[in-house]
Amino acid sequence: MMTDCADLKDGATVLLGGFGDTGVPVKLVDAIRELGLRDLTIVSNGAGGGDYGLALLIKSGSVGKMICSFPRSSDSKIFEALYAAGKIELETVPQGTLAERIRAGGAGIPAFFTATAYGTPLADGKEVREFEDRHYIMERAIRADIALVHAATGDRWGNLTYRFTARNFNPVMATAASTTLVEVRKLVDMVPPEEVITPGIFVDRMLEVGDYQ
Amino acid sequence: MKLSSADIARRVANDIAGGSYVNLGIGMPMLVGDYIPDDREFIVHTENGMLGMGPAAAEGAEDWDLVNAGKQAVTILPGGSYFHHADSFGMIRGGHIDISILGAYEVAANGDIANWLIPGPRPPAVGGAMDLVAGAKQVWVMFSSHVSKSGEPKVVERCSLPLTGVGCVNRVYSDLAIIDINDDGLQVIAMVEGLERAELQAKTGAALNFAPACAVLKPLELAA
Repeated sequence: MMTDCADLKDGATVLLGGFGDTGVPVKLVDAIRELGLRDLTIVSNGAGGGDYGLALLIKSGSVGKMICSFPRSSDSKIFEALYAAGKIELETVPQGTLAERIRAGGAGIPAFFTATAYGTPLADGKEVREFEDRHYIMERAIRADIALVHAATGDRWGNLTYRFTARNFNPVMATAASTTLVEVRKLVDMVPPEEVITPGIFVDRMLEVGDYQ
Repeated sequence: MKLSSADIARRVANDIAGGSYVNLGIGMPMLVGDYIPDDREFIVHTENGMLGMGPAAAEGAEDWDLVNAGKQAVTILPGGSYFHHADSFGMIRGGHIDISILGAYEVAANGDIANWLIPGPRPPAVGGAMDLVAGAKQVWVMFSSHVSKSGEPKVVERCSLPLTGVGCVNRVYSDLAIIDINDDGLQVIAMVEGLERAELQAKTGAALNFAPACAVLKPLELAA
């Protein structure tokens, strides 16, 4: 089983690639929903729209907390209803800070300073430092138990490519989890080394899913 | 007279130097991309991972792997590139984007901006706004109307809504005027024909200075 691994259990933190409906590993999300886990923390740019993928995982009761930059859209009704009822926790993070926290997690950097959000409500409670006459806030890295990634092609070494803007958070998230699970549209014999976007060192398992999106 | 949103967008586009890297916010700023003057090229960045963004995809030709930050199907121009989110925001945070153009609820005379949250029951969503205002070399704000529907000024002494960033706005474009923000506060560099300075001041919530060479702001002629 693709999702059969020790890191995937109640209370796990999961990095979920994609931006809106683009580059989201929906087949992997569906597989995780079927496990019936509880209290997951999901790190994702959005909180899921419509009645599929992440929105369904949230509806199933598996998710205790979302870490997002934009947990709201014209059809994010499932998340918003649970949020309004106080049944799901939310940490709102600026989009670039979210990407950098994950990048830092994958690169072994525990925290960093950024000017983003200084002086705003999203800096509340965070350490402030001044460098060269400018204020910065400290942000902590994010590391996860599992990363779920959607890629265009992959080879048996785990090297990956992405298509157009379906790349988004996927290559960053692939680096920052104990176990990285990837759905690829097509398994290929070998990704030409110069075209590799995610080197196979970051990838643990792959599943070929075809062009379903 | 007042400028239409298209007039404002055309004026903003005309003020962008050729060769600039520009990020256009969701909504009215996206219009700027429709009015790039024929005599220059500037490169549009979309924070979900593309430089060289082109026009919206034609109906029926949408490819949902190719979207902008507003999740609309778009196209890519020759010379464009794709990259992941950490690189995209490294471009922003690292000061590589020349101009970020956004909409806002309020802009203050000290350059503060509030454009992400009206407190209420819905979950707070910020997207890339805080990264853009803190990181771009220049931040320009577009207001389709100088005052709100109820007549309240949008350019104010201090923002009343939760801030997106502090001291970061360089210029405001509205249907009535173009206002620069610098160490001395607000400086009007152009205003529409027939508007008295006192009228513009009455529609603005902070003291205005007027540039000695304050220009008349009129719709630019459409390119032939």
